[in-house]
Amino acid sequence: MGLNIHQIRNDFPILRQQVYKKPLVYLDNGATTHKPKVVIDTIKDLQELHNSSIHRGIHYLSEQMTIRYEEARETVRDFINAASTSEIIFTSGATGSINAVAFSFGEKYVGEGDEILISEMEHHSNIVPWQMLCERKGAILKVIPFNNRGELMIETLDTLLTRRTRIIALTHASNSLGTITPVKEVIRRAHERDIPVLLDGAQMVQHGEVDVRELDCDFYVFSSHKIFGPTGSGVLYGKEAILEELPPYQGGGDMVEEVTFDGTTYNTLPFKFEAGTTNFMGAIGLASAIDYIRSVGIAEIKQYEEELIGYTLHKLKGIDGMTLFGTAKDRISVFSFLLDNIHPYDAGMILDKMGIAVRTGTHCTQPVMDHFGISGTIRASLVFYNTKEEVDMLIEGLERTKQMLT
Amino acid sequence: MNLNETQKDIAEEFSVFEDWLDRYNYLIELGNDLPEIDPQYRTNEYLINGCQSKVWLHAELKDGKVEFKADSDAIIVKGIVALLVKVLNGRTPDEILENELHFIDDIGLRQNLSPTRSNGLLAMVKKMRLYALAYQAKSKQNQRK
Repeated sequence: MGLNIHQIRNDFPILRQQVYKKPLVYLDNGATTHKPKVVIDTIKDLQELHNSSIHRGIHYLSEQMTIRYEEARETVRDFINAASTSEIIFTSGATGSINAVAFSFGEKYVGEGDEILISEMEHHSNIVPWQMLCERKGAILKVIPFNNRGELMIETLDTLLTRRTRIIALTHASNSLGTITPVKEVIRRAHERDIPVLLDGAQMVQHGEVDVRELDCDFYVFSSHKIFGPTGSGVLYGKEAILEELPPYQGGGDMVEEVTFDGTTYNTLPFKFEAGTTNFMGAIGLASAIDYIRSVGIAEIKQYEEELIGYTLHKLKGIDGMTLFGTAKDRISVFSFLLDNIHPYDAGMILDKMGIAVRTGTHCTQPVMDHFGISGTIRASLVFYNTKEEVDMLIEGLERTKQMLT
Repeated sequence: MNLNETQKDIAEEFSVFEDWLDRYNYLIELGNDLPEIDPQYRTNEYLINGCQSKVWLHAELKDGKVEFKADSDAIIVKGIVALLVKVLNGRTPDEILENELHFIDDIGLRQNLSPTRSNGLLAMVKKMRLYALAYQAKSKQNQRK
């Protein structure tokens, strides 16, 4: 059985609107995804009837909220198949999660002359925190290149992995090229040398099943708002044995066991890494979004998106003068391209007035643009609520854009 | 035509367009008609980097009036640049500083000058006024001498 797209689109109130008197065609899901009604209702309900701070109250509301927060942790654990809820840390988002690891792991294990390995296709959020760490510690940032199809050149690992490599931080799926990276192979090679691997799943979790135990990754991060949940919330998964050893990265309430002026002892996992009042409503909203996509069916979503990918590629290739950046076989429904020598910003402005939302520019991956010697691309990023009809409207819009600009 | 008359003129020109794409078509035309900036000014020194699109701006004072030359690598942005040049070019620093630029609002392009757009246009307008301010200060200084 395929997806009932009509029903699904009805679940997302924002998709019903018109912009500039045209039906909204939202193809900027790589930036953020929309929220189904059930997530919106959950947040509204929490604000209206249940608001109360977690983990410290003795009263009814606080206890109820704490239960729901910890249930949300269990939902996330189950979703990515982590071994224990101790391994699920709620953060502000994928960026916050990466920064946490870069700091804590860096404090403990990275010193002068050590090496951090990332890839050429990383989002700035998986570059800058490591650069900051390298600057702090006098460590060296090394980069796995990609080929002109946008595929990771893992054969370079032979020389890039050295006895100084402390960690690999790699995207699971590229936000600008659409490439799904061969993470299992990278993890296998890294683990042969006892090097841990962090995966940035910000563009992956919304497109298919992620099983952290099957992947055997050491850290996995993602954002709630890119998987149909509320903004300002995200997840850091880490293997318990590793998290146990890491120092906390923020101090404050709830992450402590005992505080005196002589010193402080820290709370157990996962609370050690959740200083201050966390975004508990965001976490519960995320759990609600996860419940929603599981009710739709992760496998069904993947299958439908495969179809959308094939259709979009076919249609895009039909446009004269279209250059696609990122042609890896294993990919998500993210398409970066240029039309002749048209400036992507011009194309974005015209598409916008047709009601078509795309993103233009570097997509926070300047090194990817540098690789191809371009200043930016037009990016259409689709999820399971998008349709072939919308792809047709994009193609029509692009043809019209070409007419206007050439 | 003084600065405000030029603004009114532009607003009237745009009022005939009912469709957004017609408006953009006109901006594209204006962008194409605006001569490319002299290569000596298409350099980092004159670049206003808007992240998404680039804008180059050069100004000089001639006979008490400010002469602007500007360009962009994105054509619709260049069309808006052309309008800004049309309104502000050849004016005295006083005239530039005394008048509000309302035509951008009048023709519905305000969003293109919002700080979030990062196309370089807002920074360009600010820079044009800064030039005027600098030339005004300079001529006052000269008068005092």
